[in-house]
Amino acid sequence: MSIFKTLGQKPWLADANPALPLTTVPEVDTNAAARIVLRFIMAIVSVLFFLFIITFLSRSQYPDFQALAGQPWQPFTDASRLWLNTGILACASLAIHFGLRGARLTKINQAVAGICAAVFFSVLFLLAQLDLWQHLQAMGFYVNSNPANSYFYVLTALHGLHLMGGLIVLANVAFRVWYDEAPETLAAPLKLCATYWHFLLGVWLVLFALLTSTPETINALAAMCGF
Amino acid sequence: MQHVAIADQTDELHDPQTFITKYVWSQDHKVIAIQYGSTAIFVGLVALVLSGLMRLQLGFPDTFDFIDPNAYLQFVTMHGMIMVIYLLTALLLGGFGNYLIPLMIGARDMVFPYLNMLSFWFYLLSVIVLLASFFVPGGPTGAGWTLYPPQAILPGTPGYDWGIILMLASLAIFIIAFTMGGLNYVTTVLQARTTGMTLMRMPLTIWGIFTATVLGLLAFPALLVSAIMMMLDKVIGTSFFMPALVSLGETLDYTGGSPVLFQHLFWFFGHPEVYIVALPAFGMVSDVLATHARKNIFGYRMMVWAIVGIGGLSFVVWAHHMYVSGMHPAFGFFFATTTLIIAVPTAIKVYNWVLTLWQGNIHLRVPMLFAIGFIFTFIHGGLTGLFLGNVVIDLPLSDTYFVVAHFHMVMGVSPVMVLFAAIYHWYPLMTGRMFNETLGKLHFWFTFLGTYAIYLPMHYLGFLGVPRRYFAMGTTDFIPESAQSLNASITISALIVGAAQLLFLVNVIWSLRNGAKAGHNPWGATSLEWQTPDVPPHHGNWGDKLPQVYRWAYDFSVPGAKEDFIPQNHPVTDEEQTGGEHQEGGA
Repeated sequence: MSIFKTLGQKPWLADANPALPLTTVPEVDTNAAARIVLRFIMAIVSVLFFLFIITFLSRSQYPDFQALAGQPWQPFTDASRLWLNTGILACASLAIHFGLRGARLTKINQAVAGICAAVFFSVLFLLAQLDLWQHLQAMGFYVNSNPANSYFYVLTALHGLHLMGGLIVLANVAFRVWYDEAPETLAAPLKLCATYWHFLLGVWLVLFALLTSTPETINALAAMCGF
Repeated sequence: MQHVAIADQTDELHDPQTFITKYVWSQDHKVIAIQYGSTAIFVGLVALVLSGLMRLQLGFPDTFDFIDPNAYLQFVTMHGMIMVIYLLTALLLGGFGNYLIPLMIGARDMVFPYLNMLSFWFYLLSVIVLLASFFVPGGPTGAGWTLYPPQAILPGTPGYDWGIILMLASLAIFIIAFTMGGLNYVTTVLQARTTGMTLMRMPLTIWGIFTATVLGLLAFPALLVSAIMMMLDKVIGTSFFMPALVSLGETLDYTGGSPVLFQHLFWFFGHPEVYIVALPAFGMVSDVLATHARKNIFGYRMMVWAIVGIGGLSFVVWAHHMYVSGMHPAFGFFFATTTLIIAVPTAIKVYNWVLTLWQGNIHLRVPMLFAIGFIFTFIHGGLTGLFLGNVVIDLPLSDTYFVVAHFHMVMGVSPVMVLFAAIYHWYPLMTGRMFNETLGKLHFWFTFLGTYAIYLPMHYLGFLGVPRRYFAMGTTDFIPESAQSLNASITISALIVGAAQLLFLVNVIWSLRNGAKAGHNPWGATSLEWQTPDVPPHHGNWGDKLPQVYRWAYDFSVPGAKEDFIPQNHPVTDEEQTGGEHQEGGA
């Protein structure tokens, strides 16, 4: 492992790390820097959702907790709406990947089409999630009427906010298509956006699985965590 | 926005031209650092005044009409939260992190300067929101700095309405600010180091700041999660943390949440927070000690490993703050064990600091006095931590003044000693002026002896069983009347120490204009920040050419060398290579 090798260096030895040639000029690779930032952002977002999920499992073991699936009258026993929304988000993910391929092949039209489709499907996903909220409220599943409901609204809202943040960055990238004459420079930032979109799809799939779990599944998961 | 000022360049840097872009909406890391530092010190002074008011009540109860029980609890809460988050975290990472990272690794600025600027303005906004709670109906929250539910948001607790809402909002804004800054710090350290500046040639200051930033990025989400959930419990009546309960004779709508869940989340953030404060302090004190002892830091690799090890372990000790919450005894055993394990790398660091001083050419200048003072206060605070880390000892001492004394010594006084050491040490670089040595020494002795006058008796009060957080002790059988005399003496000491900080402020401000010119590298330091062509460094830090690094940051008193220090940007000479063999046992 290079990290252990690095930590094992003996910097006090004069010949341990011979000076690099004087002609070498360090340049910050902005793409590499952005990649590091994205990795840290994904780590932070993972911790955020991980902690929410842990508290969800802990909270599920209290008697007032009523899961949103498992019985015919519960909203996610029929998860078709959620499947639809998941499909929309998956389309967004595929679209941005399509755009990325275009950018890599310097096919500017394909890149633009991919970005536009990704934005379209992402906005559609957000609207579909809002519609899902209204559907639940119409059924009487309000945010404060049960902790499982509260978690549903909070987790979907946070996921949506992260997607909106991604859209802002993607908009910034898209403007480069207009202002930058060299479409090959689009590939690197678009790759980071694609990674983020795939990551948010993954987060959503985990949330989907959790929110549509039956009480038995939730109890089993909680038991595995020691609750 | 891409900043172009990293590599060597022949074209002009994008220097800010107007007063606004230079000093207000500045993207220069040094200006942002000063903005962070000034704001943090200002809000820290507010917290200092609050602690003085608290001590007035404890030392002389029934004397001051304007301090009622509600106000007392509000003073306690705001003092704690401001000191931990808005002063220490902000000053160590936002202030020193911003100032030192690019300079010490040989970069021109942070990798994302615009994000860096936003970070400060969000921090300022969080401070404004926090201070605004003093002016809303009900005043600031008085829930204690841990903000435990259910009492934090229920009637009976001061500031249960607007105060707690503003506190939670302020924390959320602070976390956003910290995340923006933190992403910059880690990326800059990983990506913008100059030629030859390998990770293991970085000064320990950078290792401390880097590791603490990673901790912060991963730990602050826990605080954000708990803040969001508590805010929803308060504002829209969810029951994440709020149990079914009757409040003031009225059955509330809450349906059975878990207050202990909040405690777990809070301390999952709260304990790494101790090291978010401590690790930068560990790093900075190492550099101050080595420079003023004219000796290489003892065991550099061990110091790095200890910083990384402490960082990792800090995530698995959180529940030692919760022994009295009714946890399973097996968990108590686990967390007591991890707590004792984390003492090992911490002790390694203390031994290495002491061994750095051993046979060094010690210059007892003001930064060195504070650094040595830190070793004392940290050992005392650390040893009492070993007491409290054990369940059986913690249970009787929990919620007594022993705990207050412990954590003030270990994460109040100790990091503050390092902060003073660091400010005095880097003041000549930041301002181009020397501070007044006599005032600085007076400031040190008042602060150092004064803190012992405050906290040593406080340990004793804790052993007597005097509970913390109480507005007034009343009459109790197990607390002798003499405890009140001790409390009065602590208050007088605290007021003297508080007033002594004016010496620091006067010194800093007076020396800005009247201090002697510092010149280039007045301490004879080796690290890169002292090798800039201008003092204080100009925008872009390095003129036309970035420095090249040839060695580690601790080549002091090298045999065969002309001077007792060799800066990192000086090439290795043949004489040194033969004379420097003695250092091989450094780790």
